[in-house]
Amino acid sequence: MSVNGTSEMITINLDGHEVEVPKGMNAIEAAKLHGKEIPHYCYHPKLSIAGNCRMCLIEMGMPMRDRGSGEPILDDNGIQKIGWSPKPVIGCATDVSPGMHLRTDSKSVKEARNGVTEFLLINHPLDCPICDQAGECRLQEFSADHGRGYSRFIEDKNVKPKRTVLGPRVTLDDERCILCSRCVRFSQEVAKDDVLGFVDRGTYSTLTCYPGKELANNYSLNTVDICPVGALTSTDFRFKMRVWFLKRTNSICTESSVGANTTVWSREGKIYRITPRRNDAVNDTWMTDSGRDLFKPYESDNRLTHYTVDGVHKSPEVTAKAAADILAAGSVAIIASAHSTVEEQFLLREIAQETEASVSLVKHEGDGDGILLSEDRSPNMRGALLNGLIADLPADDLSSLASQIAAGTVKTLLIVNEGLERLGLSESHLSQVKVIYLGAFANAVSQNAEVVIPSLSVFEKDGSFVNQNFRLQKFFSAVPGPRGLISESGFLAMVVAGLANEQARSFGIAQLWDKIGQCDGVFHGLNWQKIPDEGLALDAGAIADLNFVETKNLKYNPASPKLVEIDSSGI
Amino acid sequence: MATTKVIERKPLTFAEKTFLPQIATGLKTTFGNMLKKPITLQYPEERPVIPENYRGVPTLVKDPNGREKCVSCQLCEFVCPPKAIRITPGEIDAESEPDRAHVEKAPQEFEINMLRCIYCGFCEEVCPEEAIYLQDVFSLSGYSREEMINKKAKLYELGGTLPDKHYKWDKKKAAELGGNPEH
Repeated sequence: MSVNGTSEMITINLDGHEVEVPKGMNAIEAAKLHGKEIPHYCYHPKLSIAGNCRMCLIEMGMPMRDRGSGEPILDDNGIQKIGWSPKPVIGCATDVSPGMHLRTDSKSVKEARNGVTEFLLINHPLDCPICDQAGECRLQEFSADHGRGYSRFIEDKNVKPKRTVLGPRVTLDDERCILCSRCVRFSQEVAKDDVLGFVDRGTYSTLTCYPGKELANNYSLNTVDICPVGALTSTDFRFKMRVWFLKRTNSICTESSVGANTTVWSREGKIYRITPRRNDAVNDTWMTDSGRDLFKPYESDNRLTHYTVDGVHKSPEVTAKAAADILAAGSVAIIASAHSTVEEQFLLREIAQETEASVSLVKHEGDGDGILLSEDRSPNMRGALLNGLIADLPADDLSSLASQIAAGTVKTLLIVNEGLERLGLSESHLSQVKVIYLGAFANAVSQNAEVVIPSLSVFEKDGSFVNQNFRLQKFFSAVPGPRGLISESGFLAMVVAGLANEQARSFGIAQLWDKIGQCDGVFHGLNWQKIPDEGLALDAGAIADLNFVETKNLKYNPASPKLVEIDSSGI
Repeated sequence: MATTKVIERKPLTFAEKTFLPQIATGLKTTFGNMLKKPITLQYPEERPVIPENYRGVPTLVKDPNGREKCVSCQLCEFVCPPKAIRITPGEIDAESEPDRAHVEKAPQEFEINMLRCIYCGFCEEVCPEEAIYLQDVFSLSGYSREEMINKKAKLYELGGTLPDKHYKWDKKKAAELGGNPEH
């Protein structure tokens, strides 16, 4: 672990044990590195140090030296004396230095924490039964550890506004706020939208928006994530479900090529929320608000739920055979997708090789925001390039396709997840060719397709994407898909087998990766188990020099796309 | 190997041969019970007295003002060993219920599956709002499985109103209305 580009290790004494920690790390992180928790509220590894909650008080001492000569002062046994600071210091703002002594569980430290907890609870409304943070609340946890269990405060509690609407997605309950200022610092430092601040003094201090403004930026829900108590709540998730019922699944955000690491929270097949997962090489601990809503379209009635051949519902096996028969006739054009996973693109490339099809891909681009929303709005453009599915970045439009259809050189279209308008085709074009459509939603293409293959969402299957930094990241299925659907990779594997006149075998993702790992190229030697949860940086070679559309954002620098700047000490 | 032990049977005495003493002893028990106060009940015409703290069918109760007490914290759902409870939480509509808007949260739907319930009383024990009680209803029946799932309306109908010593939310509202002079 390196801090500020150095990896120099120093020795400190943590609760009587000599331990090695990186130079310049603060006491909270250093203690965490060695399994000691220093409770804290205001400190966040990705934000500046505020030091206002006083929860992380610890005892700190340095080896004593004579002020005049600088000679070490020794005790009777010839060991250098430790000059303990007379009062506890805050761990978040104490950077370790050689020989430093720390006590994180001494009597006075515990008393300090108990005192801070008692003060924080004086005006706390204790409405845990109706608070959405209950179950993941730092105040609740530390009250159990350091609270006294009853209140000595007999005066009336302070009353503050509840249910303040700060923005379109965030609701504030001021009574629960412990004034840690994480949200204020986040808005200033990460979102660069300085709208939050405290007004009034003492116990009347209140978090508010600047008059006439609101917390409406695309990162506002991160303030809800970092709020250590239930003060900032997500208006969407408010009162929906208690967090202890929710199952957490690692996933990847598909909003753009940033590929933010996420956690999907679901219960009994229903997704309730998506939150960011820490990955210092990709998204730190943040994600966009828009990326958190991506599960909602999949709950609509517009979803394709049946394998269909010529308008008749069929089993996946029969549909795969029908698709293979159509493709085997030749003159195929494949419109692949950068929203497909690495595995699906691999199988599409096999189909393309087998049928000698031309492969093109449709761009999805938008404005980037320079933070975690890049210009390329597809999660896996680089996967398609690394797979060899496409050789170069996709062209601006597919105008040649219409003329090829008109000329009769293309007789079959395999379209993955694209609508008519993006393809630049009309329904009359589709009527001239046979269409195989693979997608999640019904549209004009699916209505005119001979074979319709419903696909699963990123939340319903396992797979992997390659992000803007050529980082291979895997995601897992959080909820089951519509009944009877198999994953696209399983289906495409059956089509590949059908084209080769082999018996179709059902593939797991691990077996598929064994096959991918045997191919030459950047994935050679890899398998599903070898991809770590935090992702794997790939060596893209010449592909990295292509003229990608992304401009500079939080972790991407067009000048050196493979270098990721990790700027902080986080573990 | 098992051995068979032959027990010698004693011949009956004259009194035993007549059977009369045995009949007399039996009739004594019969007539004794005839004259005693009966210990059984003529159920269902007669109903037993249900003791305090009896754990009958779980019900939801309202406060003395007739307002819903449950805030759908879902702790009973969490603690329920046979997973009989199912709650759909929801927000209180401030427009339709202005006097309860400060409570913010109430169940949209509350289901207790009485085919699953084991009458353990954990739900009553865990409830932070004293909204769920196992009361004196002990016999319930239905023609279908659906009938045996008590919905929110049924639970309130069974529960009725219980005296409330705390008036927690009324106090909270009073504090909110009183407020700080600074706000």
